[in-house]
Amino acid sequence: MANELRLVEAIREALADEMARDDSVVVYGEDVGVNGGVFRATRDLYEEFPDQVYDTPLAESAILGLGVGLGAYGLVPVAEIQFASFAFQGFHQLHQHASRMRSRTRGALSVPMTVRTPYGGGIRALELHSESYEAGYAHVPGLKTVVPSNPADAKGLLTAAIRDPDPVLFLEPTKRYRASREPVPEDDHTVPLGEAAVVREGSDVTVVAWGAMLAETLDAAAASDASAEVIDLRTVSPMDSEAILNSVRKTGRCVVVHEAPRTGGLAAEIIARINDDALYHLEAPVERVTGYDVPFPMFAREDAYRPDAERIRRGIERALSA
Amino acid sequence: MVRDRVAEFSVEYVQALDEEGNLDETVAPDVSEDRLLELYRLMRLSRRVDERAVALQRRGELGTYAPGIGQEAAQVGSAVALKPEGWMVPSFREGAAFLTRGTPIHRLLWYSMGMEEGAEVSGATFPPSIPVGSQALHAAGLGWAQEITGADEAALAYFGDGATSQGDVYEAMNVAGVLDAHCVFLCQNNQWAISVPRRGQSRAETLAQKAVAAGIEGVQVDGNDVLGVLAVTRDALDSAREGDPVLIEALTYRRSMHTTSDDPRVYRTDEEEAEWERRDPIERFETYLRDEGLLDDERVAAIGEEIEDVIADEIDRAKEGQRQVVPAEMFDYVFAETPPELRRQRAAFESERSRASEEVSDDG
Repeated sequence: MANELRLVEAIREALADEMARDDSVVVYGEDVGVNGGVFRATRDLYEEFPDQVYDTPLAESAILGLGVGLGAYGLVPVAEIQFASFAFQGFHQLHQHASRMRSRTRGALSVPMTVRTPYGGGIRALELHSESYEAGYAHVPGLKTVVPSNPADAKGLLTAAIRDPDPVLFLEPTKRYRASREPVPEDDHTVPLGEAAVVREGSDVTVVAWGAMLAETLDAAAASDASAEVIDLRTVSPMDSEAILNSVRKTGRCVVVHEAPRTGGLAAEIIARINDDALYHLEAPVERVTGYDVPFPMFAREDAYRPDAERIRRGIERALSA
Repeated sequence: MVRDRVAEFSVEYVQALDEEGNLDETVAPDVSEDRLLELYRLMRLSRRVDERAVALQRRGELGTYAPGIGQEAAQVGSAVALKPEGWMVPSFREGAAFLTRGTPIHRLLWYSMGMEEGAEVSGATFPPSIPVGSQALHAAGLGWAQEITGADEAALAYFGDGATSQGDVYEAMNVAGVLDAHCVFLCQNNQWAISVPRRGQSRAETLAQKAVAAGIEGVQVDGNDVLGVLAVTRDALDSAREGDPVLIEALTYRRSMHTTSDDPRVYRTDEEEAEWERRDPIERFETYLRDEGLLDDERVAAIGEEIEDVIADEIDRAKEGQRQVVPAEMFDYVFAETPPELRRQRAAFESERSRASEEVSDDG
């Protein structure tokens, strides 16, 4: 059985199902209670689960630091940071504590926290509400970083993240929250963390994307004359290298797409892994279609900054013409 | 125009045992004679562990070490008030608190030998926190979990005077207050944050009053008075278990260096050190116990000998553990289940090391 849900509704369903299944799951953050979240991801959950949903003071470091304590105690914290750009105010709690607790105590303590946060541009938000920092999180050992691109995966990946015994950062593509209604399994539905999906089969070129860029990439693939195979990375860390390598070995060409700035972005890591293990299958240099190395612009210029289907299509053409 | 006073605050100072070892019975906690002697033994043990650890570091057998000499009363007195089920959330100078909680000495030494084995905590205990102040939020989280689950326990967070300048410490007190977290914040005001004195941290007259802005109770205690600290911490934990968090400022003094990498002669005077030597927590308590007839010269010497034997055995055990460190274990605890890329890196690491050791043996 499947419901037609928007991505944000699928997230709400995952939260509700997991709180109903396990009363140690605690959903908390700024405005997640009475208000149901500024994007309505937690709508009505406060009424349904009064002992499991909490509004907290406006303090990102506190929200993430509380999760370390809640998790070590044996609860399952699911924290919301209202916008990913403000997770920097608590980045040290993820980097210095949550992600290291297991390794530095050799498994004596662990932090099974999931941190949900909307990320990315394209919704004409205020300054500093649109950043994509997944590469920074992927650089933190002990932290898993997950980015769904569609409603069904959003439910399945979030369910898996909540059940995962380690800390997971769950980046929700703001632009996709209400972009479409798609079938979402009603029953218990998990998508394993660390597994990419081939969402479109093709033979000429592999295009790797995730999150908000997936929709643009599929549009580009449809508009291209080439037979493009599209991979949705889904979990950016730990990364499913094999899915990428297998596809590149087949197509011999690759384009990596991300909204984040180019320098030090995950495209660089993906290209390095292809160089390590599939270099001799390549028939052309790997192309990157990314944001620019500029602060994410205010919204009058955000469409110029974000890769769109046309830029991605041209990237595919470059990979094919080399 | 209306001008009215809308709020007033005061901060209480508590001392049970004064600098000459005289006890104020109205403040003193109810403690059995055996427990009094145990407090004394724990303080002396902690001091000797610190002294031996500094000596080991000077000989190159230990990495950087943060001794707590002078702060034994603040740590032993507070940690002993916490039940085994109550969570301890330390900073990086809580050797005496760890010993009070029953952590073996060799484990403390392992931590300073650079081994994660030293942070492999057991029971309701967090490992040392190196970033200053961020651990206060973990105690708030643990204390909030106790409120959510209805547990009749509380968490005890340790931090220093320098940490009160960190936003996280304020955030911790503030959220703990809002969420009714079962949490006690124990600030060991040891007067120095490396080289910056207490007055360089805050213009506030006391650090205990930092609780006022968070709407929780703040109290000051003579941190070199083990019985005063015990009494105040007991009360605070009782309050915390009811959902009312407390900040305790324990006035004490770090008599030695910040860590073995630091030289306090650069920034403080002999006069100041002599003044705090006079207020030493162990001597004052020993005077009291002698006056009570619980200690005499013979007993004091016997406790000292027993402590030396225990420490010698534990140092041997620490060194034995150090010889057994397996480097590849660094890959084993990053995640509950090691992901493929990390498994590949581990395999590559193992094969490189075995190749390197083959080359060494070929050369030989």
